[in-house]
Amino acid sequence: MNSLQRYKAMDAIQRKNARKDFLINNSLYIFLIAAVVVIQCLRPNFLSPASIVNIISLSAANLPIALGIAGAIILTGTDLSAGRIVGAVACVCATLLQMSGYPNKMFPGLDPLPLPVVFLIAIALGALVGVINGFCTAKFNLHPFIVTLSTQLIVYGALLMYLMIGNNNGQSVSGLDSSYTNFITGSILSIGSTPIPNFVWYAIVVTLIMWFIWNKTSFGKNMFAVGSNPEAANVSGVNVKRTITLVFMLAGIMYGITGFIEAARIGSNTAATGVNYELDAIAACVIGGVSFAGGIGKIRGVIIGVVLLRLIFVGLTALSIDSNMQYIIKGLIILIACAVDMRKYLVRR
Amino acid sequence: MSDKILLEMKDICKNFPGVKALDNVSLSVREGTVHALMGENGAGKSTLMKCLFGIYEKDSGQIFLEGKEVSFKNPKDALEKGVAMVHQELNQALKRSVMDNMWLGRYPKYAGFITSEKKMYTETMEIFKTLGIDTNPKEIMSRMSVAQRQMVEIAKAVSYDAKIIVLDEPTSSLTEKEVEHLFRIIDMLKRRGCGIIYISHKMEEILKISDDITVMRDGTHVITAPAEQMTIDKIIKYMVGRELSQWFPPKTNRPGDIALEVKNLSSRYTNVKDVSFNVRKGEIVGFAGLAGAGRTEVVENIFGISERLSGEIFLDGKKVENKNASDSIKNGFALLTEERRATGIFGILDICENTTISNLKNYRKMLVLSDRQRKKDTEWAIKSMKIKAPGQKTQIRLLSGGNQQKVILGRWLLTNPEVLMLDEPTRGIDVGAKYEIYQLIIEMAAKGKAVIMVSSELPELIGVCDRIYVMSGGRIVGEVSANDTSQEEIMSLASKFA
Repeated sequence: MNSLQRYKAMDAIQRKNARKDFLINNSLYIFLIAAVVVIQCLRPNFLSPASIVNIISLSAANLPIALGIAGAIILTGTDLSAGRIVGAVACVCATLLQMSGYPNKMFPGLDPLPLPVVFLIAIALGALVGVINGFCTAKFNLHPFIVTLSTQLIVYGALLMYLMIGNNNGQSVSGLDSSYTNFITGSILSIGSTPIPNFVWYAIVVTLIMWFIWNKTSFGKNMFAVGSNPEAANVSGVNVKRTITLVFMLAGIMYGITGFIEAARIGSNTAATGVNYELDAIAACVIGGVSFAGGIGKIRGVIIGVVLLRLIFVGLTALSIDSNMQYIIKGLIILIACAVDMRKYLVRR
Repeated sequence: MSDKILLEMKDICKNFPGVKALDNVSLSVREGTVHALMGENGAGKSTLMKCLFGIYEKDSGQIFLEGKEVSFKNPKDALEKGVAMVHQELNQALKRSVMDNMWLGRYPKYAGFITSEKKMYTETMEIFKTLGIDTNPKEIMSRMSVAQRQMVEIAKAVSYDAKIIVLDEPTSSLTEKEVEHLFRIIDMLKRRGCGIIYISHKMEEILKISDDITVMRDGTHVITAPAEQMTIDKIIKYMVGRELSQWFPPKTNRPGDIALEVKNLSSRYTNVKDVSFNVRKGEIVGFAGLAGAGRTEVVENIFGISERLSGEIFLDGKKVENKNASDSIKNGFALLTEERRATGIFGILDICENTTISNLKNYRKMLVLSDRQRKKDTEWAIKSMKIKAPGQKTQIRLLSGGNQQKVILGRWLLTNPEVLMLDEPTRGIDVGAKYEIYQLIIEMAAKGKAVIMVSSELPELIGVCDRIYVMSGGRIVGEVSANDTSQEEIMSLASKFA
């Protein structure tokens, strides 16, 4: 029996409940469509190719970090160090890939390294901090809030010291090698006359890999089980501490990838790069239904959360709403979206 | 049945800070038999099993599995070597599916890391078919009843093909029918040659299925004997350490005028349908029924913590709304909830906080709480409930289940209720402490309070109550007088809509 037939077989009260459930269960999609329709009516330019590509590329830039943090949230944790890790990795990538002969080059004698090498360094750096986060959480039974509150400070301090090295002297790092910027922000495909930057494809690949890890590997299933009930996982023979450490390591790798993309996307990197990215990422996760209660979350939800959040940001600007007012509206939207979404999980009695 | 020893635990000792939890305890399990492990709460049964399973590390002693010495570092180790366990508190990932839980920790994989959903599904189906369990492997655990989850947990333990299977209170949330089902599974395991360690508080059950019985008390081994040489009275004597002359205290309460009248109560989200009943002053009214019959839902609905669709509640002839818990307390209602640990106690708070939490407005002078009055009331509760505790400042989680329950009873008595609703007041409580709880319940009724008692243990309903309503499928299907009813009569009523 398909859902339409089932609906027809119901009596009036059941139908009313079914309609209500449908609205609640699909509230995010409905909200997404409603937002687009409203903005489009007020600003007919909104659905132009340029604007769509803009939203897609902003979402793509934020997707890996959100996917990383989602893992931590599924474990009933969080990660406050994400933004700082992104910033640190971005600065390191930038300094290793400054064009030869650029004045103020941090390492004047160093030719730009091959891209794959820098990419691996980015991943390794992210993974390192991630492992530290995960290890401290698992080994010392600390809440990740505390662990990552500490590591983000440590990462920030290390980054400030790093930026004093050589000729750089704490200034912003720019003058990136064109091979790097082309690889990230160049384009092989356009919608209309608007080029789609390459990093969108990279974000898609990363998302596919994460979907696979979450749904098709024993590590992914263990992650959900540990988030849902760590004691049950333990007595069933799951290595809980290793699972936690690996989840944070994977998150770190995601931040590394975000940093690698972000450095070239921004072009000029400072110690402020990446600041507060984790807050947007957490907001996107909870909007997308990744529950702080643990054990619940879908890749699909994270994607929708990220897109919805970007859509709101871009939409509010398109509506030329006062920037101070934008903060208030963003806050309200996150609050309302989460409150509506939460209704899915409430046990009514 | 054979005399071959499968598992031998020898002189196991385990100390926790300040407590000797296990003191030279030995246990041996023969091939193809059920070995029952009995004792009051805190006797050390679960601790002994956790030492076997690698959750706790034993301080001294030896464990032999089929003659070879073993020492499991963690549950994974134990499972791989052939020891499986159904834990007392259901340890399940409730947000995940049945089959995810079945294969947790050992997912079937290809290429070493890719899980095979198909294999998980077919193998789960296969296991369920052999065991006669009718559950969809893809169902999410939290959407199933506790009994169904329990059966999944049992199936999981069986699926390890273990030689030793530990069942720690497997029937605490099963109905009669499912218990029979479990016993059939146990018979099958015995024929396969498994050794089963069976922990339960239900005496009839133990005598029915076990071959050997070991009784523990205060972390020590008391006796091991073949089941046919044991009787319920003997086991209790060994468990409590003294003769228990009576099961139930004499009834001193005298029912008077009607206090509570409930008319046509139906709930919005739960299954309660058209429930009408009354309770007299000084009367203890029992609610019997199978799991899921709607008994808890009725008292929760009266207390205003579940949404009412229709129906009226009258107290002493006056209509009351009981919109929410605080409204109900104001109207003179009290509810001792079913799950003590989840919704009863505040574990890390002390006895004083736990006793006075529902009554804080009575201690308020201006904006400040009077500590002196709170201490005085707590002292009263400790004395009149005979709570055994070092002092008022003791965290309640450190007390035994019986003493915790007495603290909560004290909490509700301090609100001075007219109607006292008790949901499974003796669940998980020692035999000795049960008697004291019964006594308190009868005393409260003797003081003129209307008492409603929901319980799954029929003997205690018949022994303590004056009248018993039987529920099935959310409806009241019968009313019996406790004086002239039998367990059989109640059971046959209870299964009407099941």
